Amino acid sequence: MLLLKLALKNLLGAGTRTWLNVAVTSFSFVLIVFMSGFYQGFLEYAQQVTLETEVAGGAYWHPAYDPDDPFTLDDAHGIPPGPVSEQLAAGKAMPILLTQGSIYPEGRMMPVMVKGIPPNQNIVTLPTEVLGEYTGSAIPVLIGAGMAHSAQLEEGDVFTVRWRDAHGTYDANEAEIVSIMRVENPGVDMGQLWLPLGKLQDMLEMPGEATYVVAASGAELLADIGEWQPKPVMFFMQEYLDVIEMKSSNAKILYAVLLAMAAMGIFNSQVLSIFRRRKEIGTLMALGMIRSRVVALFTAEGGMHSILAFILGAIWGGPLLFFVATKGIPLPYDPTEFGVIMAPRLIGVYGIGMILGTTLLVAVIVTVVSYIPARKIAKLKPTEALTGRSN
Amino acid sequence: MNLLRRSVIILMLSLIWPLALSAQSEKVPTASELIAAMDANLTAKTSIVTSRMVVHGRRASRTITSKSWVEGAEKAFTEYLAPPREAGTKMLKLEDQLWTYSPQTDRIIQISGHMLRQSLMGSDLSYQDMMEDQSLEDVYDGVVEGSELLNGRDSWVMTLTAKKEGLAYHRRKAWIDKEWLLPMREELFAKSGKLLKSSYAEEVMQVEGRWYPKVWVFKDELKRNSKGTEWIIDEIAFNQPIPEAQFAKAALRK
Repeated sequence: MLLLKLALKNLLGAGTRTWLNVAVTSFSFVLIVFMSGFYQGFLEYAQQVTLETEVAGGAYWHPAYDPDDPFTLDDAHGIPPGPVSEQLAAGKAMPILLTQGSIYPEGRMMPVMVKGIPPNQNIVTLPTEVLGEYTGSAIPVLIGAGMAHSAQLEEGDVFTVRWRDAHGTYDANEAEIVSIMRVENPGVDMGQLWLPLGKLQDMLEMPGEATYVVAASGAELLADIGEWQPKPVMFFMQEYLDVIEMKSSNAKILYAVLLAMAAMGIFNSQVLSIFRRRKEIGTLMALGMIRSRVVALFTAEGGMHSILAFILGAIWGGPLLFFVATKGIPLPYDPTEFGVIMAPRLIGVYGIGMILGTTLLVAVIVTVVSYIPARKIAKLKPTEALTGRSN
Repeated sequence: MNLLRRSVIILMLSLIWPLALSAQSEKVPTASELIAAMDANLTAKTSIVTSRMVVHGRRASRTITSKSWVEGAEKAFTEYLAPPREAGTKMLKLEDQLWTYSPQTDRIIQISGHMLRQSLMGSDLSYQDMMEDQSLEDVYDGVVEGSELLNGRDSWVMTLTAKKEGLAYHRRKAWIDKEWLLPMREELFAKSGKLLKSSYAEEVMQVEGRWYPKVWVFKDELKRNSKGTEWIIDEIAFNQPIPEAQFAKAALRK
């Protein structure tokens, strides 16, 4: 205890040098927590939006369906198997039918993915009921704000849509935008047209068929359904986990640079401190303090930088992180244009485990870099140290 | 009054009668006969064609020069000669399969599925349009609807309606020049009746005793403001021997 008190007294006595090191360390500490919280916030938001707008309780895919391979789409349609049909009838799932098509807004050709969805569904949070309320003669279409922006379409616009039916014959007709939905998930927005399922089944001559079926949240995802493949929620979330893992790996380089900056400052001041305080070290040893305790004293002095950095970081970084966690930082651009799920405001999620882990990491690194120069003390002879010389 | 009316009727009959007689004397061909007559002009055992494709974009036009070796309706090999960006690109069609070779990547890619619907070199033609090799008579029910003047020339009007599933276009309408027996204009319709594509012969030429389109224009009718794509034949030779190796996949890399 005496050692810690002495270390703290010495540290505070060093004045500006200590506070400069503490400031740099606290900056690194807060920035690491801030960025880790941002990635966690991004992950949680992406998962929540994906669940609400697209995945719900998982899905059953047609055996030929592979969203990464558009070649499979021509064959990826069929009547869902018996057990899944029972879930459909009970309202615990909804079928989605996909096809590729082209639209001609203002005569410009754009390739699109045409998706059929039951208008009265309540499994995902897309406002599909507007499709059922349409009474016009054109094909009613619901699109996302990102799609509307890229195709320069507005509500009420009429344009030609072209597709091929189940037999490969071209067909085309007029479609009308009945609503533009604001949705943060580009997976249900960019390059996509949402049509009433029955209408699309008629257009494609695929009565009762679907490409995949989305199960409702909380509904049991059936495993034994023949050739169709059940896809649990985690299957869809893996994509985001992979992105976060990749991003976190990149961020670790930045963390290393920040920590190296803080560590170099502390290391440097430790070396200087030991050089300038040789007489003090010699006196302590002459008074009977064993070498290991002198090393411990200097290591504790260095290590205490991390405690002061944590306190300073809490003072200036705490309110900042609290603000980011509650209010968020508004983005200066529309995130839907980037093709990834991002909240319009960056919200950080700071778990206690993450904060404690970061604190521990900073403390260990600071203590290690404090110990390395302090080892030199073990080689000092008290007589030489007292005269101010060192070997 | 009665006399006046009778005189007008006699005058009208005297004007119409010779026309009616000539119409009666002109035998309306069947769709099969028209298709056979067109095939006699357009198809050969083999043909070697050097042509230019002028793709009109919204801002600028591009001219792509190519040389093709064609055997019947099932084998075709095309090598693009210009511009430098496309030079060396090759395409091989064997029955219902299509491969392309790009010298930039030194890879052969098979074009299938949805890629067949994509534009050929940015033109108004799709790969699928290039792939059509079934005899029209086999897959469409044809009806000759009569004759019309097209650009001042007398033409037969023929409508073809798909008689089997799986054809890209459900209905086609063609204007066939009575003298040249060439399709001077063609319109391709969707199942809904919407006009999807059109093509017309802007200039014709006589080669080896047969009439053949010299400049052919294709247009995607759903693209507003599209000026279409011109296909200009610079040289064509019929029934020249083509070595079988020309239609081998290995020829793509040569």
